Amino acid sequence: MEGERRGLGFWVLAIFFAVFVLFLYGPLTTIFILSFQGPDGGLTFPMNGVSLRWFRNLFETQAVGDFGGAFTRSFVLGLMVMGTTVFVSLLAGMAFRRPFWGAGPLFYTAIASLIVPSILVSLGIGLLFQVTGFRPAWYSSAFGAHLTWALPFGLLIMFAVFNRFNPSYEEAARDLGASPWQTFRHVLLPLILPSLIGVGLFGFTLSYDEFARTLMTSGSFNTLPLEIYGMTTNVTTPVLYALGTVTTGFSLLIIVLALGAIYLSQRARRRAG
Amino acid sequence: MADITAEHAAVKPEPQSRARFSLAPFASYLQALPLAIVLGVFLLLPIATIVMVSFWDYDSIRIIPDFMLLNYEETLLSWVTWKTYLNTLKYTLIVWALTLFIGFWVAYFLAFHVRSVGMQMMLFLICTVPFLTSNIIRMISWIPFLGRNGLINSTLINMGVIDAPLEFLLFSDFAVVLAMVHLYTLFMVVPIFNTLMRIDRALIEAARDAGANAFQILTNVIIPLAKPGIAIGTIFVVTLTMGDFITVRFMSGGQSASVGLMIANQISVLQYPAAAANAVVLLGVVLLIVAGILRVVNIRKEL
Repeated sequence: MEGERRGLGFWVLAIFFAVFVLFLYGPLTTIFILSFQGPDGGLTFPMNGVSLRWFRNLFETQAVGDFGGAFTRSFVLGLMVMGTTVFVSLLAGMAFRRPFWGAGPLFYTAIASLIVPSILVSLGIGLLFQVTGFRPAWYSSAFGAHLTWALPFGLLIMFAVFNRFNPSYEEAARDLGASPWQTFRHVLLPLILPSLIGVGLFGFTLSYDEFARTLMTSGSFNTLPLEIYGMTTNVTTPVLYALGTVTTGFSLLIIVLALGAIYLSQRARRRAG
Repeated sequence: MADITAEHAAVKPEPQSRARFSLAPFASYLQALPLAIVLGVFLLLPIATIVMVSFWDYDSIRIIPDFMLLNYEETLLSWVTWKTYLNTLKYTLIVWALTLFIGFWVAYFLAFHVRSVGMQMMLFLICTVPFLTSNIIRMISWIPFLGRNGLINSTLINMGVIDAPLEFLLFSDFAVVLAMVHLYTLFMVVPIFNTLMRIDRALIEAARDAGANAFQILTNVIIPLAKPGIAIGTIFVVTLTMGDFITVRFMSGGQSASVGLMIANQISVLQYPAAAANAVVLLGVVLLIVAGILRVVNIRKEL
């Protein structure tokens, strides 16, 4: 541990950690490579030449179903879940800073939302819509289903933030005559902005990748994960990998953008402070 | 998954707002309202609907309001249900043991062996990123490895270890467990890492000064203090595995059963009341397990 020479334990665990990272990223790297498979290549190695054929294939609608439409729906839905998660968990995080009647049950319900198996949420919302006569759609029932997964994570992040938050900043602002809104807008918000971006990242990606909760709730149009799952049963060419590469690349792009935004907002905060 | 809980968060008193009229007394309620509405409409109401429909009757095309226990009888008195539960528990136990082992040592390495905070954050981020990518694609990505002509089989054949490709790699229990460990280990790493980071390093120094060796420090200091994180990780992994259907369906090629998959299959043939009764039983079992974990380990301080 600290201040000691690296012992045997360190190296054993370092190798263990490296193998774990390899285990996490190895398979993804493989399909990334295989998505550039030559025109005659199959789902496994060896590479039969190198081509972009499977990426081109991806954008011909007849080949793989409605990739563009599914992507658009998942993207818009992700943005909806992101906005709602940020807004709702920020408000709820602020509410929980003071005691209020019903705080306990509300908190435990939010935690339960993480524990209830996703197939139950899917079935429950599907049945609720059926019984009440509403048509399920990706922007209504699937939107709600995704929130039951993304919101508790957002809330937990907000709890962590506010537990470490020093209220004296707000008190100082108040003492200087700032209205509650001014205190929020010019003191609280800039301080927690990096965390809010993190909440937004979770909201978007958890929705963009969600499968189980979308199964019974997406209505007549597929979201991207449903479309991909459908493909696994009837597509036996590397176009599957091309799709995996494109959507994972998109996820990674979002993560990098969010991390960049977090970095910039932290730097701005440091400069202002 | 850090420091939460209503009571905990509520300790810091807010100074009373000024005498002029304000929304302050209601502010908490207004702020908590959106969360309450979302959870009420999309979690509590759907579960209530499942409970209601589980007593309904159905034929091949519709569900019929009724009050009967037949769905539960059919679920609980069927040999298939019990066998499926047993199989699901088997997955859960194996996946739990593996994710706990891997997750603990990964978290331990990050918390105690990585010295610079920047490096720690970066390695932690590397572990977290796959969590934010698609589960389906992460499952698909095992095909080139495990398939009949996949990397593992062809390597083993080239090395002369085996003559014919191993059939059990893809579409088997082995593949299911492998994919679940791949998908769910992170849920162990994060909460355990969180508790390990909060262990006062002076305790470890003290144990060492008192003559404890590395193993004794691990079993008498670190593991007891890491219990809340282990419990939270366990709750995540156990509930995810118990309710899983997509990993089982995809990685076993439809050859293995799990409770979630049984429910999903009933849904696909429109036997909603049967699926609902099954789901209520599953929810009961999951809640029992969680209650059991909470009895053994007190995680309230952690929340």
